[in-house]
Amino acid sequence: MSAPVPAPSVAPAGLALDVAALRAEFPVLRQRVHGKPLVFLDSAASAQKPQVVIDAERRCYEEYYANIHRGVHKLSQLSTEAYEGAREDVRRFIGAASTKEVIFTRGTTESINLVAQAWGRKNVGPGDEVLITALEHHSNIVPWQMLCEERHAKLKVAPIDDRGVVILEEFEKQLSVRTKMCAFSHVSNALGTVNPVKQMTAMAKKRGAVVLVDGAQAMPRIPLDVQDVGCDFYAFSGHKAYGPSGIGVLWGRRELLQAMPPWQGGGDMILSVSFGKTLYNELPYKFEAGTPNIAGGIALGAAIRWLESKGMERILAHEDAVLRYGTQQLLKVPGLTLVGTSPEKAGVLSFVLAGIHPHDIGQVLDAEGVAIRTGHHCAQPVMDRFGIPATARASLGVYNTNEDLDALVRALGKVREMFG
Amino acid sequence: MSDLRELYQEVILDHTKKPRNKRVIADATGQSHGVNPLCGDKATVYVKVEDGRVVDVSFDGQGCSISTASASMMTEAVRGKTAAEVETLFERFHALVTAPSDQAGQNAAPELGKLAVFSGVCEFPVRVKCASLPWHTLKAALTGDDAVSTE
Repeated sequence: MSAPVPAPSVAPAGLALDVAALRAEFPVLRQRVHGKPLVFLDSAASAQKPQVVIDAERRCYEEYYANIHRGVHKLSQLSTEAYEGAREDVRRFIGAASTKEVIFTRGTTESINLVAQAWGRKNVGPGDEVLITALEHHSNIVPWQMLCEERHAKLKVAPIDDRGVVILEEFEKQLSVRTKMCAFSHVSNALGTVNPVKQMTAMAKKRGAVVLVDGAQAMPRIPLDVQDVGCDFYAFSGHKAYGPSGIGVLWGRRELLQAMPPWQGGGDMILSVSFGKTLYNELPYKFEAGTPNIAGGIALGAAIRWLESKGMERILAHEDAVLRYGTQQLLKVPGLTLVGTSPEKAGVLSFVLAGIHPHDIGQVLDAEGVAIRTGHHCAQPVMDRFGIPATARASLGVYNTNEDLDALVRALGKVREMFG
Repeated sequence: MSDLRELYQEVILDHTKKPRNKRVIADATGQSHGVNPLCGDKATVYVKVEDGRVVDVSFDGQGCSISTASASMMTEAVRGKTAAEVETLFERFHALVTAPSDQAGQNAAPELGKLAVFSGVCEFPVRVKCASLPWHTLKAALTGDDAVSTE
């Protein structure tokens, strides 16, 4: 058999997304929940998977699975080719210069921890500063807190305004010659705010900081070119991009990655080992100790090719239209307040209903077949900023339509009937 | 799923909308602060014990309907009881809300009284912590712990 590495397909230009056809590619969306058609509005937590992704993982296990980078036998070669093919898919998708800069991890969280530990421990010292923003997910707060505690450095936080927009003047003011690392999200998971990452990166670089962008929410929604953003590290997860969970990516600039010590030790990350000395492997394998999520990586490649076949520009346009429609409809719901009203927004509609706890909203919506997330969305400082314990969050995937938002608004009527 | 009304029974909605004993006891002999980090529920429970019995009990804070109603009904249920009796009642309540869902309400202990309306909670596992948070907090207030968390 031939290597299972299909060529990338390019979306035909100019046509709008055929969402009805696209929805049919997602087996999970065909079901009813509690007797109602499933309306899935929780893709910011994790997105559903199209058939091609499910098939890619299944084919790997059914047809050619073996460990990679090891065997001379046929299956190992096929698996290696498919896994490295996925790395090339990632490289192309994010506009990286080389596959050596594409490190497979378990997800965004592991990618950020890798940088905080392998880069941070070497480059951040007593009195140095790490700057983040007030809208970060816990995974872009806690690794830096741990680093700062260990290295006696200071964690600084750029504030956001009442719309959930980073106050750029304050952000710039907080940058100093002591700022070694500046880390911020591309799109906020709790508020939907799209940060001006190119501008923020330029500000931070001007002060000599290294920049990490948390792209977990942005990567499946916004066309991406890491070289154009200008950052040094970009992190994202497979599972929010219609791929499997347990696989993600850290992209980093080659010279930075080369200067970093390895993170975890083990197999695959070495060239040679003796009890006296170990020679580390070249990039990207230096950071990939142990047998990775092979089928997951391959399926992530399939997810990326699937995104490319739809066209990121068209995905962005579609989600933006649904987001705008949903915003208009939600604002008509009595007692509803949107949390996060940035003019630049993607994917997320976070809200509260006067006098009704988000947990109860989520429960009644579930009974109507509408799946949303309720709680603090792993962004407790954001909740504190707005003085609320939690929000209800409807978040979009490429498969959502205006009808899904209509169903949400109808179900919110039921919530008000019960608790109003 | 069974009807949502199994969970949100009229009595529960009534206590949600009009919580009883939602106030501060200035001369409380014990108080504790409970949080449920998952959903952001926060409850402070105040208790006043005289001669080994709960003579007054109240709560304050913010929470979902299940935790609010549970706190409200708990304050009505434990008045006049000893710490040991409160503990036993909590055990019965906990067994009620964590029962296998196919046995919902079948083994409600008679001493639960009105608290039996929480039998529907067992069919919604993520809500168990909401229902039990006020009880954990009361237990801590009685034993002198000033904070509890469901995590």
